[in-house]
Parts: sequence; structure tokens; C-alpha cells
Amino acid sequence: MSADTSSREGSTTELKAPLPATTYTARSGRAATRHRATLASYGFLGPNLILLGLFLFLPLGWALLISFQESSGFGATGWVGLENYQRLVGDPTFWQSTVNTAVFTLITVPLSLALGLGLAVLMNSVLPGRKLFRTLIYLPMVISGVATALMGVLLFDESTGIVNKLLRGGGLAGLPWQSEGTAAFISIILVTLWIRVGFNMVIYLAGLQGISPELYEAAKLEGATSWQQFRYLTVPLVGPSTFFLLIMDVIYSFQVFDTIFVMTAGGPGRSTSVLVTYAYENGFVTRDQSYAAAIGIVIFLITLIFTAIQWRGNRSRDTAG
Amino acid sequence: MVPSHPVGTRDTALRTTDDDAAPAVVERVRRVSAAQRSSFVARLVLAIVVGLIMMFPLYWMITLAFSPRTDVFSRELNLWPSEWTLENFRTIFNGFPTITWFGNSVVITVIVTILTVTVNLLAGYAFAKLDFRGKGAIFLLVLSTMMIPVQVLMVAQFRLVTELGIYGTFWAVIFPSAASAFGIFLARQFMIGIPDELIEAAKVDGAGTIRIFLQIILPLCKPLIAVLVLLTVMYQWNDFAWPLIALKDSQLFTLPIGLLYLRGQYGADYGAIMALALLSITPIIILFLAFQKYFVQGLARSGIR
Repeated sequence: MSADTSSREGSTTELKAPLPATTYTARSGRAATRHRATLASYGFLGPNLILLGLFLFLPLGWALLISFQESSGFGATGWVGLENYQRLVGDPTFWQSTVNTAVFTLITVPLSLALGLGLAVLMNSVLPGRKLFRTLIYLPMVISGVATALMGVLLFDESTGIVNKLLRGGGLAGLPWQSEGTAAFISIILVTLWIRVGFNMVIYLAGLQGISPELYEAAKLEGATSWQQFRYLTVPLVGPSTFFLLIMDVIYSFQVFDTIFVMTAGGPGRSTSVLVTYAYENGFVTRDQSYAAAIGIVIFLITLIFTAIQWRGNRSRDTAG
Repeated sequence: MVPSHPVGTRDTALRTTDDDAAPAVVERVRRVSAAQRSSFVARLVLAIVVGLIMMFPLYWMITLAFSPRTDVFSRELNLWPSEWTLENFRTIFNGFPTITWFGNSVVITVIVTILTVTVNLLAGYAFAKLDFRGKGAIFLLVLSTMMIPVQVLMVAQFRLVTELGIYGTFWAVIFPSAASAFGIFLARQFMIGIPDELIEAAKVDGAGTIRIFLQIILPLCKPLIAVLVLLTVMYQWNDFAWPLIALKDSQLFTLPIGLLYLRGQYGADYGAIMALALLSITPIIILFLAFQKYFVQGLARSGIR
């Protein structure tokens, strides 16, 4: 330590010694360089900051302002303070949409995690055609939400859909996918899982590949069954992946729009209405834009909470590993 | 236990036949391999079932796109078209501005991708390699926008593009779409890995920041650029919620909005709807199959941190 310091000091004096006169100019030159570097930095950042500032931060602040205004059609008139938010509290559709969002999230997230982990373990094992199977599971990730939702409409159509045809063919009754709330909700969950399982599998596969095979060898020598190896080795060791996916899945489920908008538009009745579809409906169907802005602010706050949890988790993961 | 002989396993096997422990060992090995074989078969069967479930919706889309109308509305269970027909494709090409919609999607996607990737590479470099005041705070601010859904901003963004006089034009879609932070994040993570010595050496040679960026950094960023381009193309090609608000003239629709419009006009003509849906997802699927590695890496990486 001390030797290191002394040697560094030595080298500094050595460098300084022949050039005592240039110290002053060198410093001012360095300041100028730093000034130029800062200018260059803002040059590099500029286009991005302009885009984000104008089309993201400005609308965000504006949305907050609009949520405090009275709305009439597309224009806003007069300040009403917290009136829009008070209206939210007393609005049964808002509450139903909130509950639907929560239920949808609570069902889809654990299922996405479990299916993702199960498939990752399967696809990480020795299997012929493993690459092909992985590709098939990834594929729904890149298909547009509208096309996927329209596939869902087609599969789950009550009279002509293939799912009900198969059920009837098997001697069962077809399910009321469009006319009954619970069935409609289930159809949306199934389509969401189809989209989402690939992403969960990708992250879990990366997590599994970080586990040393020696741990499994040791567990086998101890006589652990496959289930015990899965339960006491795999599950704890992919913990960081699970945490990351938990947050990402919650945010995804919480913001799911395309699937619900196209498949059920929140119906039948309000049984599949969620916060994002309710906000859209108010903003661009019933044209109550200030109210829509208030719902938007609520969505923003909830999103912010989960993003903050994600960061904290990442930071603790960084310091741990 | 048994000393290993370089002579070969057959010799060892012959010698151990009269060993007491041997039959038990052999038996256990055989049992394990039988269990392994059955677990292998079970895994394969499971993988095939999963593969079929994942593929079925796509298979069904293709089947209906090429089926005659009578099949679509039939109450019978047909897993195969009664006859292969292009009737549905004729419907969408003759009755709707399908080619225009496809072109609109291409134009908007190309412009957004060029704009977003350029801007994000520049910003990513600033955050990764340049020093300036407020860097940490600005980066945090930029990151905090990554998860905001369009439904938070849509009302204000709608008024903004109206005020700017671009509502209903491509620009109304392009600018808000290009204001995205996920690419900055990926670009910064990648560029941090480029050794500082390369940049220092270039500086010693008298290269300025812009020249260093263009001649040293960018050539090293080819995998990053590939990931950014592919992910941006995918997001923009598939984007629905914002174009739905920003566009009003059906001649300017992108494919996802066109799909919804077609459904509004044709109701339950699923054959035509599936034909257009198939057309709209084909370019992305081709890109995905060609560049799967980049897609998967990018999706996982933009996630992992």
C-alpha cells in the first residue's frame, strides 16, 4: 500500500519536474477541455433530451394540469381542483376496473412465472430439437398485440370458434366466452399467458445457465430426488430472475391494453374493464378528457411504485453480487 | 474401486463378473438408465405438447386465411380447409387499402427506427463515456420514463400534436414514438464495456469527440445497433394504442389500425381478418427467424438490468 503510494508520488514528481513553467497553462487548458467536453456531452444528449422533454415530460406535466381542470369535450375549461379525483373515489366503474386489474395481475403473474420456470427447466435439459421448441415458445413475443388478440377472438368465438367446437366435439358444452364475464376473463388470461410465457422463459434460461452443474452433482450424490433438486436448488438459485420477472410481469399485466381492447373492449358489461382501457374509454370514446387524465395519473403513480421497487432490488442485487 | 485399465472396458467387465457387488451395480445402472430413458421420453412428449399449443393459434390463423367463407362459418369441426383459396386475400386487396396500410407501416417504422436508434446511440455514448454535470440525475430521470404507459400521456400528447398542427399525420405517430428511453439504457450498458484506453489513444492522436464516436465507437457497436434496430422495428411495427389515437384518415392507417378497421367493417368475416393479420405479422416473423439471437439477447438484456 505504502510502497504503491510512494511509487505513484515518485512518478508524479518525475513527470512534473521537467515542466514547472507549463503548470499554469496546462491547468487552464484542462479547464477548457472540460468545458468543451461538457458542451460535447450536451450535443450528444441534446436531440434525445429535446424529444423526451417535448413528447414525454411536457405531456406528463400537462396531464397533471388537465386532471385538475373541468372537461368539456376536447377542450378544458376552468380549474376544479381535486374534483376529478373525488369523482374517481365515488365511481363504481373505476373501482371495478381497479379490482379487475388487480385480479388479472394476481392471476397472470404467478402463472407466467411458474410456466416460464417450468419451460426453462424443460428447455435447459437434454432434448432433441431443443432449439426448435425454444423458437416456438419465443415466437408469440414478436407478434403484434392486435393480431394476437384477433387470433384470440377467433379461437374463443362462442359459436364458430375452434375452442368451443373442440369442447362440443369432446361431448362437453361450449363456454360462454363472450356473453359471460368469468369466461371472458379466462379467455384474456389464456391469451396473455400465450404471449408472456416466452419472455419469462428467456430470463429463467439465462438464470439457469448461471447455476454450476456441480451443485446438482452434489445433490444427486446426497440422494436428492429431481423434485428436491428443483425445490431446494433451482428455485432459490433463480431468485434474482424471479424478482426481476415479478416486477416486469406485474407492470406488463397492469398495463395490458391491446389484448383486452380488441378481444372484449372491457365487456361483457364491465367484467373485463381494466384501468388502461377505462382511461382510453373516457379520453377518446366518451370524450371526458380531464377525467381520463386523472385516471392516467393514478396509473402513473402505481407504475412509479413498481419501478422504484425494481431499482431497489437491482441495487441490492448489484451490491450482493 | 475397480482400478481402471487402459486395456478397455470389456476386459474389466469380464473380470468383475464374479465380483459380489457387481450385479447390484449393474442393476442400479440399468435402473437409472431406464428411469433416465423414461424421463427423457416424458420430457420430449411434454415439449411436443407445449410446441403444439404454442403453434396452434398461428396454424389456425393460416388455415382460416386460406379457407373459403363457408368453412369459417360452419359449425363443423374442420382442422383443414375444405379447399385452399385466395378468396380472403382478394377481399382485403380489392376492398381495402391494404397495400397503402402496409406502405404506411413501412414508412413510419423506418423513420422511427432511424430517428430512435440515432438519438439513442448518441445519448448512450454520453451516459457511458462522457463526463458532464448532472449525469446521474439526468440518467435516472430518463430511466424513470421507461415504464410509463401511453394511457398516462395520451390526452396531453393528443392536445400537443393538435397544437403543433401535426394531428392525423405520420409525424404525430413518429415523434412521440421516437421519444423512448429503453434504447438509451441498452446503448449505455453496451458502451460502458468498451475500454477507455481506446478512446484515450484516439484522443492522443488528436481525434475529437465526434470523430471518436464515428470512427472508434460505432464500428464496435454493430451487435448493439443490430439489437436496437430489430427491437425498435418490432415495437413500432406492432404499436397500436398511440397510432389509434394519432391517426384519423383511413388512408394513413398502419396495419394494426387497419386490422381493427377491417374488423369494424366486416364484423365476423374472420377469413379476411386473418388474411390481413397474417400479412401483418409475416415481416416480423421473418426478421425474428433470421435474427433470433439478437432478438432474444435484446429482450433479455433490456430486462436483466
